[in-house]
Amino acid sequence: MQLGAVALNRFGLGGKGGQDAPADPHAWLLAQFDRFDPHPSAISALPASDRLIVMLREARDDQKERKADARTQGGDLKAKAAGMGGPYRELRDAYVAAVGARTAIALGSDTPFIERLVHFWANHFAVSVDKVATVGLAGAFEFEAIRPHVLGHFRDMLSAVERHPAMLLYLDQAESVGPDSPLGTRAARRGRQRGLNENLAREIMELHTLGVRSGYSQADVTEFARALTGWTVGGLAKQPLLQGPGPRFWFAAPIHEPGSRTIIGMRYGQSGEGQAQAVLDDLAVHPATARHVATKLARHFAADDPPPALIAKLEHEFLRTGGDLPALYRVLIEAPETWHGAPKFRTPWEWSLAALRATGVAVLPGATAAGAFTQLGQAVWKPGSPAGYDDIAASWAGPDALYRRVEVAQRIAQRAGPAIDARHLAGELFPGSLSETTTSAIARAESGTQALALLLASPEMMRR
Amino acid sequence: MLLDRRQLIAAGAAALFAPRIAFARAATERRMVFIIQRGAADGLATLAPTGDPGYAALRGDLIPELADQPKLSGLFALHPAMTQVGAMFAAREALFVQAVASPYRDRSHFDGQNVLETGGALPYDRKDGWMNRLLALLPAGNARGLAISATVPTALRGAIEVASYAPSALPAAPEDLQQRISQLYAADPQLHGLWEEALQTRAMAGGLAKGDAKGAAAVGQLAAQLMSGATGARVVMVETNGWDTHAGQKGRLGAQLTALDAVLGALKTGLGAAWADTLVVVATEFGRTARANGTGGTDHGTGSLAMLMGGTVAGGRILSDWPGLGEAALYQGRDLKPTTSLDALLAGALAEHFALDPEHAAPRLFPGGEGKPLADLVRA
Repeated sequence: MQLGAVALNRFGLGGKGGQDAPADPHAWLLAQFDRFDPHPSAISALPASDRLIVMLREARDDQKERKADARTQGGDLKAKAAGMGGPYRELRDAYVAAVGARTAIALGSDTPFIERLVHFWANHFAVSVDKVATVGLAGAFEFEAIRPHVLGHFRDMLSAVERHPAMLLYLDQAESVGPDSPLGTRAARRGRQRGLNENLAREIMELHTLGVRSGYSQADVTEFARALTGWTVGGLAKQPLLQGPGPRFWFAAPIHEPGSRTIIGMRYGQSGEGQAQAVLDDLAVHPATARHVATKLARHFAADDPPPALIAKLEHEFLRTGGDLPALYRVLIEAPETWHGAPKFRTPWEWSLAALRATGVAVLPGATAAGAFTQLGQAVWKPGSPAGYDDIAASWAGPDALYRRVEVAQRIAQRAGPAIDARHLAGELFPGSLSETTTSAIARAESGTQALALLLASPEMMRR
Repeated sequence: MLLDRRQLIAAGAAALFAPRIAFARAATERRMVFIIQRGAADGLATLAPTGDPGYAALRGDLIPELADQPKLSGLFALHPAMTQVGAMFAAREALFVQAVASPYRDRSHFDGQNVLETGGALPYDRKDGWMNRLLALLPAGNARGLAISATVPTALRGAIEVASYAPSALPAAPEDLQQRISQLYAADPQLHGLWEEALQTRAMAGGLAKGDAKGAAAVGQLAAQLMSGATGARVVMVETNGWDTHAGQKGRLGAQLTALDAVLGALKTGLGAAWADTLVVVATEFGRTARANGTGGTDHGTGSLAMLMGGTVAGGRILSDWPGLGEAALYQGRDLKPTTSLDALLAGALAEHFALDPEHAAPRLFPGGEGKPLADLVRA
């Protein structure tokens, strides 16, 4: 593939019809650092996380009421309530609107390399909307914790992520109580079990920073979970003691486990909120974290089986800069491995964006977008696990998945209408890089619509 | 020739073939249906040798329900999804033959299916299929062949013209696009394989691919309808896909067998009195590994299961020269060892069913087959 085509497809989100390929691909990528808009207008129209937490609180109350009503007035009420959309309707609407915004930003973006990185980090720090508490907040998580830090330091993104209500709720941190905390001991005296939840502590170490089997022990996880107690979400709890100052992150001293902690050989004597933050700050620059992040970036931009030389370069730069993300991106831009490796198989999200950008679709209604990505096998913010979606072809290149792409290609081509000349567009999307087979298939198509469908389904389009 | 739904409705099923092919009155009332299980169906889970001491160790908790199934014989239990087939067995209308295989001994689906359908000794040895050659052995001009699928499968291809009918025809435009996509992907090893697999799955008549029992029953009904009456088809093939259960076998195989059971049940019901003159053969290209793999499934194997059903079958029996499941008994240390020739089984059953001389018919139907045709499979 020519470098212009690599810049558009591998680094970016696919070319746009009517736009020439970048004359200087490296400069085109670097210039996006300055042009990137962390707060585009599509986002500002959406409810922020404080509002979404209030909605979540209301939905929970509403559901409790309905259950109580159903008990006293018979089962019919429940069915009636379900018919009206149920208490979580508003939050589902917020999810759909956020999917629409994310899609619109990606389709319109002229900083597609940085948008790709936003998607990469949101998947690295994945929350999944199959958990009810996460449905409304998933979009806000990406908009508030990922986007503002995509060109910053890994440490700052990590801190923003682990403090975000979406993450605290998704990985059960909000409910974790120190057994020896004031509230923990009081609960124990009353014979009620309230205790530690290790979920977030474990996933921070395993998925967000160090990586699995990188040397930490179960004892480290438990100690970290103790340090994290108190990191919770305000505005949701019933007890006045845990109400907090409002619907946002807050440190609840009454549930924090007192005492100093020892994690991976380091002693943390801080008291309160700063203790877990100190652990996070150390994890953020740990050599295992550097290696883990380097491996994932190399896999995303070079190959499913990432080249060791590129991992080493990224790892070195991570440690040298203490996790300066743009410095890592520059390594990717300069590395021969990213420009000359075999193409990566596009995920459903990537293929859809490329197909829509190619045909000049600027906006999709949220419900249409959400439905389409689900149909293609990659519902937005719904990987089903905190590990996020896989970044290898084996997870996406399946017979039925491919068939659905061809069906969608046909539909997109039909909607695009006859105005688009696929022969011309092919050259814009894959400058100097289109195979003879694809060129002749497009040329021999029986109609303009069919030619476009063939281009969108072509081997070139399936990969980046 | 491919008839579309509109023609079928306009003409009525009985008149289906009238416009193109002139038929004399049928000289035989005997009918046969071949249901092919594409993808290597797991015979060891369909008719599970739970009485073999090695079974539990090899299959562990892959399909735990099988252990609780009542045994049909000392050794074998039928998968619980096969309720209608189970009833046929009880009524002595079903005969199971365990540890069978075609002459093919490698593990490629496409090559294995080709051998199964052509009756040759090697893949792509022959161009025509054994069902088409069977038509040639039946009274001239009287036997009609029909495939319930969009195109004529290999087993029915050959000198004699046969019909095909797909109950859910795709609109014309995407079909053309599909062909062009096939060309577009032809030189791309990854996309070519995926695409052909996707097409194979979709091409099947009815909703069998997804284990949709309602769709499957409709396929059985349709086949029965097209076999009814004096001018109905006598040699019919039904294709089923989705048997390649490398992962999540418990649920997938359950759905597949539920669908297959529904096809067979609907076929019997739909044929009514003609069921007494019918032989149904269910077979697959090869079996699956004796041992469960690490992803809740099984991989490509060798020996498998064949099922004969219908009013003419001398059923209520399981034929098996059981090779056992011990380490030394397994073929290449991994698969059920085939002890019965599938070709000899089919040659014998078809000859008896259609009153053909087995010594004459067998080499014509299965030139690649070895051994004497099996006998006493069908009631005279």
